[in-house]
Amino acid sequence: MGRKLLLEHINVPGINTLEVYRQKGGYRAVEKALKTLTPDEVVEEVKKSGLRGRGGAGFPTGMKWSFLAKPEGVARYLVCNADESEPGTFKDRYLMTYIPHALIEGMIVSSFALGANTSYIYVRGEMMPQIRILEKAIAEAKAAGFLGKNILGSGYDLELYVQSGGGAYICGEETALLESLEGKRGNPRIKPPFPAIAGLYGCPTVVNNVESIAAVVPIINDGGDEYAKVGIGRSTGTKLISASGNLVKPGVYEIELGLPVEEFIYSDEYCGGIANGKRLKATVAGGSSVPILPANLTLKYANGEPRLMSYESLAEGGFATGTMMGSGGFIAFDEDQCIVRNTWNFSRFYHHESCGQCSPCREGTGWLEKVLHRLEFGHGKMSDIDLLVDVSKKIEGNTICPLGDAAAWPVASAIRHFRDEFEWHVKEPSKSQTSNYGLANYANPIEKKEEEVKQDNS
Amino acid sequence: MADLMKVTIDGITVEVAPGTSILNAARQIGGDIVPPAMCYYSKLEGSGGKCRTCIVKVSKGSEKDPRPMPKLVASCRTTVMDGMEVQNITSPEVLEARSGVVEMLLINHPLDCPVCDQAGECDLQNLGYEHGLQKTRYEFERRTFDRIDIGDKIQLHMNRCILCYRCVFTADQITNKRVHGILNRGDHSEISTYIQTAVDNDFSGNVIDVCPVGALTDKTFRFKNRVWFTKPVDAHRNCDHEKCNGQVTLWYKGADVLRVTARKDQFGEVESFICNTCRFEKKATSDWNIEQPTHIPDTSVIASNHYETFKPLPVIMENLALQKANQVELEKTSKF
Ligand SMILES: Cc1cc2nc3c(=O)[nH]c(=O)nc-3n(C[C@H](O)[C@H](O)[C@H](O)COP(=O)(O)O)c2cc1C
Ligand code: SF4
Ligand code: SF4
Ligand code: FES
Repeated sequence: MGRKLLLEHINVPGINTLEVYRQKGGYRAVEKALKTLTPDEVVEEVKKSGLRGRGGAGFPTGMKWSFLAKPEGVARYLVCNADESEPGTFKDRYLMTYIPHALIEGMIVSSFALGANTSYIYVRGEMMPQIRILEKAIAEAKAAGFLGKNILGSGYDLELYVQSGGGAYICGEETALLESLEGKRGNPRIKPPFPAIAGLYGCPTVVNNVESIAAVVPIINDGGDEYAKVGIGRSTGTKLISASGNLVKPGVYEIELGLPVEEFIYSDEYCGGIANGKRLKATVAGGSSVPILPANLTLKYANGEPRLMSYESLAEGGFATGTMMGSGGFIAFDEDQCIVRNTWNFSRFYHHESCGQCSPCREGTGWLEKVLHRLEFGHGKMSDIDLLVDVSKKIEGNTICPLGDAAAWPVASAIRHFRDEFEWHVKEPSKSQTSNYGLANYANPIEKKEEEVKQDNS
Repeated sequence: MADLMKVTIDGITVEVAPGTSILNAARQIGGDIVPPAMCYYSKLEGSGGKCRTCIVKVSKGSEKDPRPMPKLVASCRTTVMDGMEVQNITSPEVLEARSGVVEMLLINHPLDCPVCDQAGECDLQNLGYEHGLQKTRYEFERRTFDRIDIGDKIQLHMNRCILCYRCVFTADQITNKRVHGILNRGDHSEISTYIQTAVDNDFSGNVIDVCPVGALTDKTFRFKNRVWFTKPVDAHRNCDHEKCNGQVTLWYKGADVLRVTARKDQFGEVESFICNTCRFEKKATSDWNIEQPTHIPDTSVIASNHYETFKPLPVIMENLALQKANQVELEKTSKF
């Protein structure tokens, strides 16, 4: 069994209430931090832990915190990014629904570390139930003296607010989120200045993902060094993975970073293999924005070594044969799934969600979608495939925020690895409407792995 | 003042004040190496960074940190560092990316130049001409919107809009009440007044001048003439509006003033914003003190048949006697 740091007590009945959460050791981190540590010491522990941002970019959290400007007499803010809207990612929602106090506790400790007296949790508009849950949890924490004035007699004050978004993916981008939080149209800002210098209302601000903030709790409880012992190399600690697609047991799993991908997919402790006895065709390992990989490259590097669930290992091979950890949205596709259709579906999403500020993203996402639609529905041309590659190149790296890249990568990678399936859609326009291309030869015939892995485990 | 920063753009070095953007440094050099700017407007705070036509390559970050920047950057929103080296037209990568941007700007554009009042003074036309492809690779229906009147003086052709946000910044910063903005997202965004409220205040007409394309046009000039048949003349009047200095360009056809605009500099930006009275209501020569013909660069179609582009024939340049005989004309041309 892998270690659980965030979801250890997730199955305890009533863990969503302050009472049960406290019985299980909850709010120890607040007491420890506020009573025995200075803010800088908390930052130091987080630095030692090696925790990397769980929102997508994987930037070291401790380092981000130490960049926060601290001018005299200017407020500082901590904003929790709970806008989670990436297709394939649903771990933050899970955490907030079932164990909301883990986030609240993390917010208190983190706000203390950063010297913020007002902090916000910006929740995606569609997550109304979670907003209610968080508000209830905040009220409980406040009643118990963990929020408000002079918390636990430490002299530290903190007000925590939940703000609902309008339901736009782009408002998950940190500067768009800040614009939206200020009540404006959620357009990403042009950086620099970065939020650490001028964020919310022009004040120094840290934006962190829900999971990053929740992870601060075990870091403070056990110490940064202990946390850093979990995981592998620079990928320390545990990570929540949202597993979806054609898996026997989709859901949210907490894994120790460094778990072999193969074990994650096939072992009974995690996803339990591919559903209905099918074979794995491809995966999107980190949410819709990361490059798609065929099954063989998902499980192993190009040189045959096993691939692990860690920031470095997933990225091994770069764009040619690797992918990214992203936000940990792990989507599995079995042999019956159509890659062209999936690529079209992703591009439909990005077309819909582009904020429309930069010309390449605004126009290019729509163009990609239209060409992919044509290919998927049997009206495509051979030249469309190169056109898609070219258009995605014109978007990539040439926009204000990374949504442009996020829209371009899935298309470019799908064509890189599955070009023959795209070509088949052109060559067999009517057949492609009624049947599937199947596993074909790109994902080197892959044996069913369930049996072997079970043996390894027992 | 702090020390000047040395920046080299396409091999030409210039010293500029700290905080200057690459684009403005290039404008100080002038000429071909100035990146085209479709959304940045020096008089509008916060503008720029969106259209991506002004992208350049920073091949050396600064003297202190010579590493090149990993991606192409928007020159309008990137400040220079001492010792920075920038490539614009000397970088094939930049030119390719820029023509990609131009292509993107054109895929949903209606290309209705033959009936567009902006034709002839349109930044997108110029850009398309310089960087664009002859053929389009876009084979889908273009997005369309209905035309809307925002007030009785301004018409919005959303189809032509490139979403540069200049008009929004203008309305926000120059007029006293912003009543229009951007609705929706992505390529379905649109400039709108939300339920077509009239844009009605003293300075609203300036959105026409800042619009780089024919999306916002002057209804009092609508279909009156092609700009290249009109003759621009600088003029002024004593305007009693506190924020308007009454310095304009009058666009004549024969003896009639067909329209009034603010004066524009060589980068297509207005010199100063003018009020709606000057723009829409003063259309008689007697309202104005005429100064001189407006300078029109000879690359512009408006310059065709224009007095100012008179270039001495080569034969004159070779013959001293002819030069003497044409002295007055020659002095006029060398003035520009
Ligand atoms: C288009 C876009 C959408 C994003 N959506 C989210 C999101 O829903 N949740 C999130 O935590 N981070 C999201 N991010 C990443 C944030 O910009 C930011 O990097 C993150 O919140 C930082 O937190 P971390 O350091 O804890 O990962 C998004 C980024 C982009 C470009
Ligand atoms: S890349 Fe796309 S989403 Fe991001 S700022 Fe530009 S237009 Fe908006
Ligand atoms: S209407 Fe004109 S000025 Fe306004 S955003 Fe569109 S192109 Fe720019
Ligand atoms: S002028 Fe620089 S991005 Fe538009």
